[in-house]
Amino acid sequence: MTDLLLTAQGITKTFPGVVALDNASFDLRAGEVHVLFGENGAGKSTLIKILSGSYPPDQGEIRLKGRKVVFRNPYEARQQGLSAVYQEFSLVPQLTVLENLFLGAEMVRWGFLSKAEMATRAKKSLQELGFHLDLFARVGQLNRAARQMTEIAKAFQNEISVLILDEPTASLSDREVAQLFRIIRRLTHDGVGVIYISHRLDELKKIGDRITVLRDGKNVGTLEMAKAVADELIAMMTGRRFDDVFPSITHQPGERLLRVEDLCTAAGLEQITFDLHAGEILGVAGLVGSGKSRVGRALFGLDRIYHGQIAFAGRRLKRITPRRSIERGIIYSPADRHKEGLVLCRSVKENQTLVSLPLFERFGFIDRRREVATATQIVNKMNIRPADIHQIINYLSGGNQQKVVLARGLTRKTRLFIFDEASCGVDVGAKHEIYRFLKEQAEQGAAILYISSEIPEVLNLSHRIMVMHNCTVAAILERSQANEEKILSHCFGYGSETASRTGPDAAGPESKGSPAAVPRIG
Amino acid sequence: MVLNGFKRAFVKVGVLPFLLAGLVVIFSLAESRFMTLSNMVTVSRQATYLSVVTAAQMLTILCAGFDLSVGSSVALTSIVASLVMVSIPSPAAAISAGVATGILTATLIGLTNGITIAIFRVSPFIVTLGMMSVAHGLALLLSGGVPIFSLPDQLNQILGIGKFYGIPVPLLVAGVVVALIHVMLNHNRIGRYLYALGGNREAARLSGIAVRKYTCLAYVLCGALTGITGVMLTARVASGEPNLGAALPLESIAAAVIGGVSLRGGEGSVVGAIFGAVLIVLIRNGMDLMNISSYLQMCVMGCLLIFAVVMDQLRLSVKMR
Repeated sequence: MTDLLLTAQGITKTFPGVVALDNASFDLRAGEVHVLFGENGAGKSTLIKILSGSYPPDQGEIRLKGRKVVFRNPYEARQQGLSAVYQEFSLVPQLTVLENLFLGAEMVRWGFLSKAEMATRAKKSLQELGFHLDLFARVGQLNRAARQMTEIAKAFQNEISVLILDEPTASLSDREVAQLFRIIRRLTHDGVGVIYISHRLDELKKIGDRITVLRDGKNVGTLEMAKAVADELIAMMTGRRFDDVFPSITHQPGERLLRVEDLCTAAGLEQITFDLHAGEILGVAGLVGSGKSRVGRALFGLDRIYHGQIAFAGRRLKRITPRRSIERGIIYSPADRHKEGLVLCRSVKENQTLVSLPLFERFGFIDRRREVATATQIVNKMNIRPADIHQIINYLSGGNQQKVVLARGLTRKTRLFIFDEASCGVDVGAKHEIYRFLKEQAEQGAAILYISSEIPEVLNLSHRIMVMHNCTVAAILERSQANEEKILSHCFGYGSETASRTGPDAAGPESKGSPAAVPRIG
Repeated sequence: MVLNGFKRAFVKVGVLPFLLAGLVVIFSLAESRFMTLSNMVTVSRQATYLSVVTAAQMLTILCAGFDLSVGSSVALTSIVASLVMVSIPSPAAAISAGVATGILTATLIGLTNGITIAIFRVSPFIVTLGMMSVAHGLALLLSGGVPIFSLPDQLNQILGIGKFYGIPVPLLVAGVVVALIHVMLNHNRIGRYLYALGGNREAARLSGIAVRKYTCLAYVLCGALTGITGVMLTARVASGEPNLGAALPLESIAAAVIGGVSLRGGEGSVVGAIFGAVLIVLIRNGMDLMNISSYLQMCVMGCLLIFAVVMDQLRLSVKMR
């Protein structure tokens, strides 16, 4: 048998309100590429962050070459030969490629940086990697692919025995991917173990030796890659959860509430045209960077519109600002609730009524009794826990915080809800309640623009689905004619025309007949 | 258990009650004159002016900013008001014109700060640091660097040492101001919006709040209240002083932070801030009685400010755990 390089036993990690990893185990042999597979939120990222020392586990132990190890930070992990390349970049944009490569591990002689020596070494390692990078370019000015290469090159500066790659090919060209795979093979030949995260099945087939599927923070199985079948992996990954979670929503679209025509924005949207009826849920799907969030932002008045028009309730809108939108009955809940949604240091009540405070005023004073009554009503209706409207919102779990953001529209008459990633980072229970809220609002006649990266969600909740690609509308599908495969192919931009770039497995040969090659993207 | 309860109390009310209790004990033991009625009257008189400035300062801190120019605003107010008063012969007209222009001057300083910070998005540190120099420079320029005397006697008799139904007029003014701010912060949308935009500017903007307008308003109100203090202090010393209020920026920020107003914005109450101001005055008074030199007192005040911010930070990390 091959040696076990790294083992993780019974790893559990909880974040407020979410169990990210639930008694998960994982092992890595020397010289293999071990793939981690699962949906967003399945616990892949948490697991590699624990393995590489970014988070401490709540429970469980990690052994490196049979010896128990506790990494207090990524630096300690790196010292022991464990390097990670994350999806999010850990580069300093103001520094050059060279400076970034040696950040924290600068070569020093007599207390001075030996720049020439570093440059020589970096040049050599880049040559080995086959990456063409200008060592003296500032990282901030590089494109995504070049930054990704820098990130990978950085991990290679150390002596490594375990390399963790989190979606390393996300922004590389086919040629660069081939190059990367060559390097990975050389490393594994030398006995390095590689943990590899990707959603692209065809790619995994090429590079992986074994594959472990995570679901809801649990290890649901480890297979030999050669024996793994796409359908089986998908089934393992998704389980049967979605059927239980989604409510059936009666769609009875009423009059046309919103008409967007030929909309172009400073944020890059081009010629967006669609309409939305009262009582309808329009799902918006698309990859990261497809512009799906920007549709919501533009409608609410956060991005400048320079062309096209928006008509709401039959009237053409001029000068759209958040305040005017709210007054018109449009409520927006942003994707990042901490950054843009909540005032974390204030109470549940204050966060709820923030969008409609003038309505609670009488003679210039806030009518406290009415405010408290409304807030209490919402807390009960949304089942927000703890059920205390004076609780500082920072102490609530993610799901409960999200419910506070979503339910803001209940403090005033709301005709259009714009939800951006409403169910992001919340547990299944809260998801269920969020969907129920959606159902209720739609059935009572509100129009809902539901922007989400999770295709099953969009597919199961929406009346119609708008797919965004490259900042334009790729397709608008009726629910009856939509399936995951169709949505995905539109997401990748080859819904109707011929494929411009092969890569993602959605259109690859393996996934034929399997509708959900990439159930969640982005 | 005990430690836990202590921790919770600390998170809830901050470091202030503990400090206050400790200091009263220490000063009472060290100096017999400290715990006398006449000394307490002195303390409350001294605390009046700092309280108003602290309440003003607090409004800017709530918006995650601060105002370093409150001291020189007081000085400029004093000079402008005095110059107006000496130029008008009739005492009644002189005083009302002087008071009005004085408060107006400080309000304009606040407006300038507010516009630069809210609209041009320059950091409050830079804007108010610059304004501190500008206002002090103007005060020295207008006065030629010397105090302005021969103000109407009534100014001092009414606004300085006057009493209304037995209550000192400055204390009365401070009381009204603090009560108004309390109502504004707790029962009016202005207050709610200040807390919200200080706590999370982006979330406030997305909630339809005119973030720039309300940020600006905080600085304008701060300026106006500083102007009121400037006029009252001028009446107290019965002259226009170009160096009045030099210690106010430090003391008002320290008082507010000790009183539980978070420098990160969005948290704090005016009552807490006033207690902070009282604490500062108590410390100064105690040190005066113990004959501690004013130079050493400066060092103590500086340490106190840093200590208060450290405690504020500590409270955050305890809270987040």
